[in-house]
Amino acid sequence: MKFRLSRTHIPLLATSAVFALFYTGASFRYDGFFSWTVFVNLLHDNAFLGFVAIGMTFVILAGGIDLSVGAVVGFTSTFVARLIAHQLHPLPAILIALVIGTGFGAGMGALIRFTALPPFLVTLAGMFFMRGLGFAVSLETIPIKHPFYEAISEFSLRVFPVTAILFLSVVGAAIYLAHYTRFGRAIYAIGGSEPSAALMGLPVSRTKIGLYALSGLCAALGGVTYTFYTSSGNALAGTMLELDAIAAVVIGGTLLSGGVGYVFGTLIGVLILGVIQTIITFQGTWNSWWTKIAIGVLLLAFILLQRFLQSSAGRGGSGVANPAMARNMPVIRP
Amino acid sequence: MNSASVISTDEAPLLAVRGVTKIFPGVRALDGVDFTLRRGEIHALMGENGAGKSTLIKVLTGADRRDGGEILFDGCSIDPRSPAEAQRLGISTVYQEVNLIPFLSVAENIYLGRQPMKFGRIDWKQINLRAAAALKHIDVEVDVARPLNSYSPAIQQMVSIARALDIRAKVLVLDEPTSSLDANEVRHLFAVLRRLKAEGLAIIFVSHFLDQVYAISDRFTVLRNGKLIGEYDAAKLPRLELIAKMIGKDLKAVEEMSARRGAEPVRTAHQPFLRVIGLGRRGSMTRFDLTIRAGEVVGLAGLLGSGRTETARLLFGIDRAEEGRMEIDGKLVTLTSPRGAIGRRFGFCPEDRKTQAVIPDLSVRENIVLALQASKGWLRKISTQQQQELVENYIKALGIATPDAERPVKFLSGGNQQKAILARWLASRPRFLILDEPTRGIDVGAKVEIEKLIARLCSEGMAILFISSELEEVVRDSHRVVVLRDRKKVCELTGGQIDLPSIMQAIAARADE
Repeated sequence: MKFRLSRTHIPLLATSAVFALFYTGASFRYDGFFSWTVFVNLLHDNAFLGFVAIGMTFVILAGGIDLSVGAVVGFTSTFVARLIAHQLHPLPAILIALVIGTGFGAGMGALIRFTALPPFLVTLAGMFFMRGLGFAVSLETIPIKHPFYEAISEFSLRVFPVTAILFLSVVGAAIYLAHYTRFGRAIYAIGGSEPSAALMGLPVSRTKIGLYALSGLCAALGGVTYTFYTSSGNALAGTMLELDAIAAVVIGGTLLSGGVGYVFGTLIGVLILGVIQTIITFQGTWNSWWTKIAIGVLLLAFILLQRFLQSSAGRGGSGVANPAMARNMPVIRP
Repeated sequence: MNSASVISTDEAPLLAVRGVTKIFPGVRALDGVDFTLRRGEIHALMGENGAGKSTLIKVLTGADRRDGGEILFDGCSIDPRSPAEAQRLGISTVYQEVNLIPFLSVAENIYLGRQPMKFGRIDWKQINLRAAAALKHIDVEVDVARPLNSYSPAIQQMVSIARALDIRAKVLVLDEPTSSLDANEVRHLFAVLRRLKAEGLAIIFVSHFLDQVYAISDRFTVLRNGKLIGEYDAAKLPRLELIAKMIGKDLKAVEEMSARRGAEPVRTAHQPFLRVIGLGRRGSMTRFDLTIRAGEVVGLAGLLGSGRTETARLLFGIDRAEEGRMEIDGKLVTLTSPRGAIGRRFGFCPEDRKTQAVIPDLSVRENIVLALQASKGWLRKISTQQQQELVENYIKALGIATPDAERPVKFLSGGNQQKAILARWLASRPRFLILDEPTRGIDVGAKVEIEKLIARLCSEGMAILFISSELEEVVRDSHRVVVLRDRKKVCELTGGQIDLPSIMQAIAARADE
């Protein structure tokens, strides 16, 4: 696809600029910030948020939302840990967890599609269900002690730990999925206008179920990554992670109303959240709640930017001239 | 046997609909309808509101499934269950509202769902090349990599046609394709359609614009109330006859009818209450003049899509006029919103009372008090006792059949809902009331009562704009009739001039006459 600068690229550029600004600013201010280790750790520390956010990107691109992902992370981590504690080899344990996450997502997708219930409600129910299921598996943190885990945790390609490699490959695969497959394009179409997508003969049901399944898989992958990261499983893992993921997606330039956005933007969004965290760690004297405040301010700024871009698209001569099209355009009214 | 290459009328039709029936709860939308489409023809589907045109199209394109009858396509019986399946069979549809994805590129919109692949990935280069070629075939040259919503509705319409054709369509259904196009764009579209027809494509054309229908169609199929009225050669069916068939009047009977005069003209002593000069809006109504006096009923006559509702929306400030001016009592006013219109004591009963007027879950009382309360502002609440008195008065005066004022309005019959809406506007004591199809879908008794009420209100000095597709009602109740055609005011009839044949003549007249 030929790259052209269009209105939809502006949020992406803005996000990248913000990241560059934070990173270089911090590099000047703090010794040792501008180092390979800090950058790799950025990927490593935020991989499980990254996986969840990538799944969330597809859901939001299609005009939906998935609130269950944090709970799926918690369930997956404790479930995998429990299976390993019961002498199952980690590989099949991880595989089973991924299948459960995917199936759970597909089930929610089918409910959303065939009952026409709002995704917000269905995935809210899914969130409570999964969080509860996690506690049913274990109330306590379950440590994982297995040679396989030690090998994986210590393995790294040069300086790249496994999680960082896995994260970057999933980002690559997701970009490919979004831009070079019919499934990916159908997601954009559904987010742009679901009735039109149906009339154009696109497989709306299959795509919607598929994308919630994808989000479930990504969340389960996030849960597995969490177990590598902490060498344990905990039903409380990933609490409120869905909100961080939504923030990363929106800061990454994806329109919350669907149809416009990029996976690459989400990667930057995740890195921005990570860099704020790192800056606060380097500063050392600031309370960690400043992270949340910074994210809140950034999020607001990006929503306002999107709003401005949308309304200027509506006013301009090159904008939507047909009221029928305007109706198809999802616009969040204040 | 060289019939494959020769297009003749003896040839088996491409599409044959036989006795198709479609039943929705409470209504037979299609009742044993036949429809025949040949290769290389443009066939117009004609009919007024509720005729069954859109249902027939939906059945053909897989959006709805038929309840009975048969559809033969190329000699095989088909039963498309989804638009996608109909498309695979070769029946493509271009809808009135562009049904594409605004944010995606023009090229992608043409190939969505059918993208050419290379090494298991979408071949974007091919998509852009082929999209440019497909558009060139219909004489459109644009940058196909730009998002669809950066182009005008006309271009977007052509993109949907390019998409429809690229599916190797044998039948192209165009549902009101010209409603948002200007004259030049329509000419371009028609040139393209004629070429596609010459290439052997069969085209089903639906439009409210009579001039366009006559300009492009080879044959007509006329439907009314879900039933087939007949199939005609476009060249052999005069306009007046077509209209008579669409509105269900026997032309001979109409012509022989003793001229049924309208109501007595209002004495000109009445000052004009509302004067509109050169009011117009692109895509809505061509500029028109209109004067309405106090104590006068002005009827708006015209076919579906002629601009009746559009006129009402302009007068009530729902759509903003782009040109022209409006005077009330000789003073210049600008209406920019329905709120402003209500402030000038206008009232408007919209056409679709279910979605635009009645609030089904609120009680009869709440529905009636709504407009009055709104005009007073929400801070000055009307006391419960006042409300009850007011509502009781109107329930009695209009004969609203309801056990009590607190019953949710959705439990009332259509006629009584209509009266409740009337009561709502009457409660705010308007000087000018717009009634858009006040008698549609209500029983005969209720119709008579509403017509009586109209006469009484205007004798009390109210000015009324009366819109109805029942031409007899317009004739019976109006002091003056304004005839609309293709979004233009074509003439105005007063008093003794008002009769059915004159109105139909005016509707049927060609634009160039």
